[in-house]
Amino acid sequence: MAVAGSAVGLGNFLRFPGLAAQYGGGAFMLAYAISFLIIGLPIGWAEWAMGRHAGTRGYHSAPASFAIILRRPWAKYAGIIAVIVPVVIYLYYVFIESWCLGYAVKFWLGEVHLSTPAETEAMFKTMSGQAFDGAALAFSWDVALPWLLIVTALNFYLIIRGLSGGIEKMCNYGMPALILLALVVLARVLTLGAPDPARPHDSVANGLGYLWNPSKVQIVATSASSPPRDVVGTAALAEARQEVAASDGALKLQTMSPWRQLLNPALWLAAAGQICFSLAVGFGIIIVYASYLGEKDDVVLSGLTAASANEFCEVALGGLITVPAAVAFLGLASVAGQGTFGLGFTVLPLVFAKMPFGAFFGGAFFFMLFLAAITSSIAMLQPGVVFLEEALGVGKGTAVTLLAALTTAGCGLVVYFTGGQMKALDTLDFWAGTLLIFILATLQILIFSRHWGVKRGFDELHLGAAMRVPSIFQMIMRWISPVFMLLIFCLWVLKEILGFDLATFQTGGISGYVRDLAGPQASAPARLSVGMIILIALVFTCLTARSKAFKRAERGLQKTETPHLS
Amino acid sequence: MTWSGFILMAASVGTVTVLFAWCIYQVLTTSQESGEARSVEPHKPNQGAPP
Repeated sequence: MAVAGSAVGLGNFLRFPGLAAQYGGGAFMLAYAISFLIIGLPIGWAEWAMGRHAGTRGYHSAPASFAIILRRPWAKYAGIIAVIVPVVIYLYYVFIESWCLGYAVKFWLGEVHLSTPAETEAMFKTMSGQAFDGAALAFSWDVALPWLLIVTALNFYLIIRGLSGGIEKMCNYGMPALILLALVVLARVLTLGAPDPARPHDSVANGLGYLWNPSKVQIVATSASSPPRDVVGTAALAEARQEVAASDGALKLQTMSPWRQLLNPALWLAAAGQICFSLAVGFGIIIVYASYLGEKDDVVLSGLTAASANEFCEVALGGLITVPAAVAFLGLASVAGQGTFGLGFTVLPLVFAKMPFGAFFGGAFFFMLFLAAITSSIAMLQPGVVFLEEALGVGKGTAVTLLAALTTAGCGLVVYFTGGQMKALDTLDFWAGTLLIFILATLQILIFSRHWGVKRGFDELHLGAAMRVPSIFQMIMRWISPVFMLLIFCLWVLKEILGFDLATFQTGGISGYVRDLAGPQASAPARLSVGMIILIALVFTCLTARSKAFKRAERGLQKTETPHLS
Repeated sequence: MTWSGFILMAASVGTVTVLFAWCIYQVLTTSQESGEARSVEPHKPNQGAPP
């Protein structure tokens, strides 16, 4: 339940629907399903097996796990990535979590009265402090700061209560509550129909079509460079044909088959990235949680259950709520091109404001997001806590205090630099929340398949397992997963670092994230954010180098004592 | 929404729902069969041993 809670997060309800709609539901779902089978499940199982193996020898942190598996001096340093990723992601994730709680309470208190997109945008900008740097630090219930203090206190209270007394309990209540709230919101959304009789095309059915139809139909301007306009629904298609016929050749209808869409490498990159982000593969969380399982525990079933819980929340709940609701009230044009935050915090509040009993459903939706977020954020702290316990040989209280100091300072940077485009948050998300996840996921599958050996890994995986992993996964984990991950990583570097357009294979120049760090367009918040990641990495490296526990792990010795958990 | 879109949605949602339900059923029934509560409690080597 703890791992399922860590995996189910904001990405399920906001990121997934946006990506699925952007890349044409059918084609995206095919790439997504393939990525689930050759990345999500195999790398997840690899993490479960490696974590449990280290745990039965008394080690729980990723550096120690890597060290005892590989028995090489460099292994413990490679494991540091699995501590940096969750700690750095926590720094901005908890900030977003505070917005969810703030929105939920404000909806339930009836304080949200929105009627135009400009008003929702203003509310979001106030909450996130985008007016200027430091704006989020004002103590007002309209701003994130008080909510951030509440969620931070709650996160550390749950962490100090321990894995079984805090995190597990929170997930045991939070996950069913989340699913129940999502089902209530889903039932309301699916019965909305076409809320405005004057705009019959803006309906839930067309919202679902926009998300799930395998072929995309678009109106494209033949000369001007205006973006294509999506057309969904029989009546809308008939009107679009008339519009094209009347345009005298200025417009044309374009149908993109799912097969043609699958030729776009960016679609595969988005699907694979979503699988990693969503299943918490490459986050450094699963390996820590699995280390608390014994040889009689079924990690195959545990891994599959955590993955299936996540997929259920993502596809069956997230995929049916967000986009259809937004299309029904605001139309396709308002939804197209919206990113994670755009859809969640600037489009949906307007939807709930227009919906009957919108205050209740809006509050329920954002509280559901808050539950999804907190079950993930507490999971992000656990790898840091066990790392500090093992590296320094200190108790849990000291480790939590140190991590609280570190994350408060780091979070302060994110919360201060919110002016304009929330540069610090965006930079951390790019370098730690995307690049390092790809690196860690690739590293883990290479360690499992190449250094540890698939046969040995499968023997570990099957200890205590009631069901056996199909043998085809041996071949997938040995060859397909590593090659696919390396290919996806190369595509990511080409697109996001070197600026290649993967659809046309033309370069658009070096990525803005790189230009932010050096040259005339360098940005101070971006530099500080990357500097902070480097500083955290250096501190963790020094602690790792001095740790006696990690040296014992490197020599294959059992740890003499286990960290206190509850 | 086209028929192919509806089929794709039904297949995707149905698959993940059945998989999730099956996993939960397996977790609950396997726990009952073995008579042990599944948990993520730490393993204490000396647990149950005489003092």
